[in-house]
Amino acid sequence: MISIRGLSKSFAGKPVLQGLDLDIHDGECLSIIGRSGCGKSVLLKHIIGLITPDEGTIIIDGEDLGTMSKEHLYKVRQKFGILFQGSALFDSMTVEDNIALALREHDLMPESEIQGVVENTLTMVGLPGIELLKPAELSGGMKKRVGLARAIALNPRYILYDEPTTGLDPIMADIINEMIIRLNEKLSVTTVVVTHDMVSSYKVATRIVMLHRGKIIFSGSPEETRNASDPVVRQFIEGSAEGPIKPILTDHIKK
Amino acid sequence: MTTILALIGRLTLAFLSETGRAGILLGQILVEGRNLIRDHKLLIEQAMDVGYRSLPLVLLVGVFTGAVSAWQGNYQFEGYIPIRFLGVSVFKGVVIELGPVLTALIIAGRVGASIAAELGTMKVTEQIDALESLAISPVRYLATPRFFANVVMMPALVTLADFIAVVGAFVVANGFIGISTATFFNEIPKHFWLYDIGAGLLKSVVFGGITALMGCYIGFNAEGGAEGVGNATIRAFVWSCLLILASDFLLAMLLF
Repeated sequence: MISIRGLSKSFAGKPVLQGLDLDIHDGECLSIIGRSGCGKSVLLKHIIGLITPDEGTIIIDGEDLGTMSKEHLYKVRQKFGILFQGSALFDSMTVEDNIALALREHDLMPESEIQGVVENTLTMVGLPGIELLKPAELSGGMKKRVGLARAIALNPRYILYDEPTTGLDPIMADIINEMIIRLNEKLSVTTVVVTHDMVSSYKVATRIVMLHRGKIIFSGSPEETRNASDPVVRQFIEGSAEGPIKPILTDHIKK
Repeated sequence: MTTILALIGRLTLAFLSETGRAGILLGQILVEGRNLIRDHKLLIEQAMDVGYRSLPLVLLVGVFTGAVSAWQGNYQFEGYIPIRFLGVSVFKGVVIELGPVLTALIIAGRVGASIAAELGTMKVTEQIDALESLAISPVRYLATPRFFANVVMMPALVTLADFIAVVGAFVVANGFIGISTATFFNEIPKHFWLYDIGAGLLKSVVFGGITALMGCYIGFNAEGGAEGVGNATIRAFVWSCLLILASDFLLAMLLF
């Protein structure tokens, strides 16, 4: 279980997260929604300790990230797999080396078994036989799936997705959504999906929370989200320009 | 007046802060050096890049450095210093100063800037975060092999650059100026000190470390997109050159 309490973070004096509280329960598929730039990815990076909070605590399976040594933090990180927004594949390496890197670096298994893991994970994401390709030779959707294969290679307990469907066509986005659901069930993991794609959110999530002005302002099932009465949530899920959330462009023009 | 003092204060604090952070990175690299036996493949890969792939450029600059030194030395010696000292003067100048400094400046442009561009691109495309998320230290995996490859390969490159520069100087002295082989080389053993070569190589180790450290530090802290990476590349080259020249002066005062 992941427990976040009083999480605050500012960049250059601008507050992004302001005393955020959130519990992520084992086995659930949580979708974190919110406007672009509201701090969703920042929250995700806090969860695996890539960003240090100004205030607050992040507890992973009973252990406080803020008080542990770097070595222990690296041990805890092995419980996580993360799919980055731009896939973040190592472009100097082949697909195989991308997936196998962590397994080799942590001496988790012999090379013969690593080959098997690479083949299995690529099959799971529907891309068998592309081991020797470089990231530059892959399409956007393929990069996301290879990123996912890399994320699950360490057999994680938690899989974090940062905008998994952004920049993909609707069909590829749905393939990724199906994959998220399938991996969540097949690998029995806890899934956290950061997105502003409501189609994706409704499809994959067992619970949806909304991040607004640095805090979680809503939490509920996809059905409860559809029927939410909060005007901020309504405006976001309906994708309306009219409402309490002011578009950033309008804010600038007003200044 | 207050504004100027405040500006000086801010610049001083920023400089001290950057120096401190670069110093911390250096400390982390030295600590991670304990893993180099395990990471020998990464070290060899980087050493190939720094050494083997830089060799043609280093040798080209070396031969012209020697050639120009001989030609200009001949011009400056005329009427003041016996020409038999041309060989030893070129030899000492190359080994002590020109070889290490010019090679270091070339490596700062070819390797230091390349490190900053590569790591900067990895930073802005979240590849550094991806490494961290896989519980792999970017300092160990990326910075340490690059640092030690530079530190190890620089003396080797400087030795070759020194050698080829002396050859270039001899070819010009013998072929274009008409100085005999004996005249060119006779004075070298009389004024040759092993200390000179050692000091030149010590300088090259320091210059190699500076180049790699600047490339890694500035690359790791790159921000923004392509523009940020471009800026990081330029900054790495400029800071490497500045620090190479400043440390050259300090080392000259300490060593000679």
